[in-house]
Amino acid sequence: MKNVTDIRADFPILSRKVYGKPLVYFDNGATTQKPQCVLDAVDKVYKEYNGNIHRGVHYLSDMSSEAYEAARENVRSFINAEKREEVVFTSGTTGSINGIAFSYGERYVKAGDEIILSRLEHHANIVPWQMMCERKGAVLRVIPINEKGEIVLDEYYKLLSPRTRLVSVAQASNALGTILPLNEIISAAHSANVPVLIDGAQGIQHGIVDLKEMDCDFYAFSGHKIYGPNGIGVLYGKEKWLAEIPPFQGGGDMVDKVTFEKTTYNELPFKFEAGTMNYPAAVGLASAIDYVLSIGRDYIASLENELLSYANERLAAIKDLTIYGRSEHKIPTFSFHIKDIHQYDTGMILDKMGIAVRTGTHCAQPVMDHYGIDGTVRASLCFYNTKDEIDALADGIEKVKTMLV
Amino acid sequence: MTISEVQNNIIEEFSFSDDWMDKYNLLIDIGKDMPVIDPKYKVKDFLIEGCQSKVWLHPVYDGKLISFTADSDAIITRGIVALLIKVLSNRSPEEIIATDLYFIDKIGLRQNLSPTRSNGLLSMVRQMKLYAMAFQASKK
Repeated sequence: MKNVTDIRADFPILSRKVYGKPLVYFDNGATTQKPQCVLDAVDKVYKEYNGNIHRGVHYLSDMSSEAYEAARENVRSFINAEKREEVVFTSGTTGSINGIAFSYGERYVKAGDEIILSRLEHHANIVPWQMMCERKGAVLRVIPINEKGEIVLDEYYKLLSPRTRLVSVAQASNALGTILPLNEIISAAHSANVPVLIDGAQGIQHGIVDLKEMDCDFYAFSGHKIYGPNGIGVLYGKEKWLAEIPPFQGGGDMVDKVTFEKTTYNELPFKFEAGTMNYPAAVGLASAIDYVLSIGRDYIASLENELLSYANERLAAIKDLTIYGRSEHKIPTFSFHIKDIHQYDTGMILDKMGIAVRTGTHCAQPVMDHYGIDGTVRASLCFYNTKDEIDALADGIEKVKTMLV
Repeated sequence: MTISEVQNNIIEEFSFSDDWMDKYNLLIDIGKDMPVIDPKYKVKDFLIEGCQSKVWLHPVYDGKLISFTADSDAIITRGIVALLIKVLSNRSPEEIIATDLYFIDKIGLRQNLSPTRSNGLLSMVRQMKLYAMAFQASKK
């Protein structure tokens, strides 16, 4: 097992300083840093074999296409999807959910139908459904949460009805860190013949995601949140759904035959990949996946669990600090507020100590409304973070208190 | 004092230390001394909406000079607001419109006024200049 010092050495940016202080990067929920191998993989595409995929007869195009398809296979195996046809590349989680909300809505949703979300969703898993519901005259139903920031399953079961067309929930909350009870959610939906989309933006990078076991119908995630490049994401869909729903974008590569009278679509997964895809980023994502596998997903989870309990302990000991999201089942993400101190002030001062956190509503305003607050400070950790960094955060918070109270 | 003199004084005041914590402490103190806005103006009409910290700004024009009172729900933001008021309050509309706020950059707070920071400060400067333009127009 690689120790944390060696792991950190794989990520060039982690050794930099900001304002003359060592960087403490606690904004992994927003985006993660990239190991050298990912940077190299993307660099290599542009330096050695860049050519547009699926089009040319020439050597470079062939090489790029091969690397792109190898990346798809890599993703398929990583998430344990049944077939490569079920793995669609997109621009990210937001792109994936928007795509499904449109295509699924076009095919299956009528006036009066219902889509179930949870109160924990970030805006990317709210707004696309709202837009679709407005178009179709359908209605959003929302699973409430309790004080610990967990969804209330009994209320969810009550929401499932013959009008429910789809359930779309996060694997883990970006604002609070709560891990959702996916087994219960998915099996109840399936008993009611309702498909489920899991938003894996905050799930894919923590522990093992096995879609055969999870048995969701759609799964979305972003490459940049699992140490890969920005601008690439994945939409997984069970073949039966992807075959039935229409494409969400039209353009090159997604077509079979085009005439001005009628266009027929390409086979899966290309039907959903219109225009030039971000193939260099797909190659980078494949490299990030290789990297994660080389460290070991179980090992990553164990490192993160250690950080989770240590940070819990350190933060809980700080007087006048409230942690929002007290579930037993959490990713190492902490949303907190210090009594009488604006989160923006806290974030500004921590920043000058070299500590990167996020402040505000974290694109999840309904969660903030639930607690009647206008924002929090969020520290989102991952396996390359250390206990020393958690100490630096705790000390930083004490310093903020002495300055502002 | 001219606007430039006020700005130069602020730059001087902030040059005592390179340590950010010292500068923030100074900002916090300056914020505490700011002429506080009458609570009746802390309403939506005078709210400058930033994404994260709120700023309320109220102008009074006596036919010659514009004076501002303001507040923010974040303390460091309040300090920066106080600095802007020091520089731009009790000035003629013409002066306010023409002023180049160079002190912001010189004391290292430029990033707080960039469009990527959602703290309402950039909107506040715009709003101060807009009030000045409106008062100037009303005079004619």
